[in-house]
Amino acid sequence: MSAVLPGKASQPIFGPKERSILLDPVLLNNPIGVQVLGICSALAITTSVAKALVMSAGVMLVGMLASLAVSLVRERTPASIRIIVQLAIIASLVIVFDQLLKATLYELSLELSVFVGLIITNCIVLGRAEGFAMSNPPWHSALDGLGNGLGYAAVLVVVAFLRELLGAGKVLGVTILPLVKDGGWYEPNGMMLLAPSALFIIGLLIWALRTWKPQLQEKA
Amino acid sequence: MEHYLSLGLRSIFLENMALAYFLGMCSFLACAKKVETAVGLGLAVVFVQTLTVPLNNLLLHHLLAEGALAWLHPALADVDLSFLSFILFIATIAAAVQVVEMAVERFAPELYNSLGVFLPLIAVNCVILGGSLFMQERDYDFSDSVVFGLGSGIGFAVAIIALGAIREKLSYSDVPAGLRGLGITFITTGLMSMAFMVFSGIQL
Repeated sequence: MSAVLPGKASQPIFGPKERSILLDPVLLNNPIGVQVLGICSALAITTSVAKALVMSAGVMLVGMLASLAVSLVRERTPASIRIIVQLAIIASLVIVFDQLLKATLYELSLELSVFVGLIITNCIVLGRAEGFAMSNPPWHSALDGLGNGLGYAAVLVVVAFLRELLGAGKVLGVTILPLVKDGGWYEPNGMMLLAPSALFIIGLLIWALRTWKPQLQEKA
Repeated sequence: MEHYLSLGLRSIFLENMALAYFLGMCSFLACAKKVETAVGLGLAVVFVQTLTVPLNNLLLHHLLAEGALAWLHPALADVDLSFLSFILFIATIAAAVQVVEMAVERFAPELYNSLGVFLPLIAVNCVILGGSLFMQERDYDFSDSVVFGLGSGIGFAVAIIALGAIREKLSYSDVPAGLRGLGITFITTGLMSMAFMVFSGIQL
């Protein structure tokens, strides 16, 4: 990319720094696997890939726009009320997303029930707004918000893929493993659709990630 | 009476906020390293939850629900503002937590010392917002919401204190390097969640 920001000579719009802001949170600094943020809602809605995709879209959209908005007003926000300002921005964005969802994908919005509303208290969105957007320019903040949303989406989709495949023999509603009760050979693992399996899968994912990247391991 | 008993027990065990809906996981995992901190956070959640769920219930039914503003002007009789509930809930919670913090500091300094650090954290805890959102989704009336607020708070406290106790013991065990800390905590929570599912067979 050779595009240049007006007024800031030789500052690329999307250089190596921007790329690392966007892509680091996906793997190296994954908000769920490394920083343990935002798992509250992540686990409850991973029983099907469709739900995980919608939820990820919500977090990416809200995260990016919230970081952008918080960064735009960061110099006018008094430090003592900054959390409430951030919450108001995030809550407004979540309302918009919730209404959009109800208008376009009503069935899915019923299945997601309260978890769309809980994006407001999702630690990833609030954490990035407070930890990054309050001290960085708007463009970098938006990238950071989007990047962390992508990291969240990656974990969510992997967990949802495993749970839907092993629990119901399907992916996105399409049968992959024909079930015994429909004349196929696969006996579904019912536990995969219940709460505990999400915790096991995330635990195992963290194990895998930390065995691969030993610098992330915690000291005993 | 039976109805409230059943609602209360269901919200403590069956629909445990932490173990069945994974709400408040961030603080659940971060604070449950010792029983002492777990008790502090648990108590603070019970307290704030019992306060904010009924409060939000009143605000929802008297400000936002369809026709709730009719007393102001007849023309407002068919105004439905319930889509604004998210922002109202989070504002109520943040304000209530602030007021509670100041009141506790002034009148019960000992309680403040034990709850102090946890109160501000709670404003952005998903359990608290989740409680109010479930209350709205399930159409609880005022007395239901009191019972539900108390029950779901106690359920969260029970779960977090149990996890704190397990993790205290766990610090003596030899866990594989990659699983240490976070990984093993997830697996432990999964096992606890499985154990809590035993209650789902109970009919009340």
